[in-house]
Amino acid sequence: MMRVVQSKLIKETVKKLCLKANIELRGDMLAALKRARAVEKNLKARRILDIIIDNALIARKKKMAICQDTGMVVVYFDIGQDVMIKGNIDKAINEGVREAYKEGYFRKSIVKGPFSRKNTDTNLPSVIYTKIVPGNKISITVIIKGFGCENASRTKMFMPTESPAAVEDFVVDVVKETGSKACPPVYIGVGIGGTLDKAVSLSKEAVLRKIGSHSEIPHVAKMEKSILRKINKLNIGPMGAGGKATALGVSILTYPTHIAGLPVAVNISCHATRNARKTI
Amino acid sequence: MKIVNLPLRKSEIKKLKPGQEVLLNGPVLTARDAAHKRLVETLKLKKKLPVSIKDETIYYTGPTPARAGQVIGSCGPTTSARMDAFTPALLKNGLLGMIGKGERSEEIISAIKRSGAVYFVTIGGAGAYLSEKVISSKVIAYKDLGTEAIRRLILKDFPAIVA
Repeated sequence: MMRVVQSKLIKETVKKLCLKANIELRGDMLAALKRARAVEKNLKARRILDIIIDNALIARKKKMAICQDTGMVVVYFDIGQDVMIKGNIDKAINEGVREAYKEGYFRKSIVKGPFSRKNTDTNLPSVIYTKIVPGNKISITVIIKGFGCENASRTKMFMPTESPAAVEDFVVDVVKETGSKACPPVYIGVGIGGTLDKAVSLSKEAVLRKIGSHSEIPHVAKMEKSILRKINKLNIGPMGAGGKATALGVSILTYPTHIAGLPVAVNISCHATRNARKTI
Repeated sequence: MKIVNLPLRKSEIKKLKPGQEVLLNGPVLTARDAAHKRLVETLKLKKKLPVSIKDETIYYTGPTPARAGQVIGSCGPTTSARMDAFTPALLKNGLLGMIGKGERSEEIISAIKRSGAVYFVTIGGAGAYLSEKVISSKVIAYKDLGTEAIRRLILKDFPAIVA
């Protein structure tokens, strides 16, 4: 039996998710910031963490954007194979984004062409990934990606014979190189394996995982902990003030890959890691 | 915490120490990528700038729109390094202060020192908090750039660190 879903429901859901993600900091991110504040000894770093935590509370109270860079919207749209959607899906998603950015008083940051640089004034288009999955439900995930940290992200195609230690060093170097530009304390998503695009995609999905949780694969979990330890010894700290809180978490997702390769993608996500998900 | 009054004076800048936490009070201009590009192109053509930057402080930000009754929307700093290519020309024309986030190139750090100017960092991603430290905002040039237009802001106890 096919389940019929009206495109209007999709539009409304995307809109609500964009509003929520931009205004309410993820509960696990806020908790991680508070934990970092509690153990931080560097006074300057502490004061900055206090402001960052305060900022999240002000944004929620005043229904304001947590950060003025309300990003480019990335939408993961997982459609159950037993769902039939009435209406145009892309149009419904984009319309939801457009309405949220107008009603939420969010910044419109998208330019029509990479060289023409003319603002579309709607924050459209968004980047949409659709996937067909079993079942009769639709899962919608909205990621709000600011470009301070997006610009800091990197990929590298390693030789297949390269050691896990070399991959760890690469991730640490990416963070070191970007310093305080990406708004630390950051959450780091790493995608390892697949093809170039698959690794990047995994690195994006990685930060959707609850911060502080670890991979179910023991050697990957070990790697996450080791990278986090190394990063937090860099003494970059919140906005470059020094201290231990350079990263709040590292999340690695892996995928089978080719005998000739080892793609690695590092997605830096700032302390205002914003996303929201709903299943309809 | 040390209060720094704007507009800046070179004699005051000399007293600031790197890493020092300060509160900024007074007028600044906002400008980011597109406005910087235009300002510098105008200078190259030896034309007059739409707003004088002599002794000014530029805050690298592109705010969200203000709701009714609000002075300004979220207005945290953007990455300063992207302005590095344009900064020397502005320093030559009297720019004294910059507010943004993140490290700058060695070349720009020396140029800032040479001209007796100063670079402050403030808290990236704290746009809602910082909006409460702005008491007035008005677009004064390049209105067509929208969020990237040049605004005149008046800051009140705006937290920053001497970089």
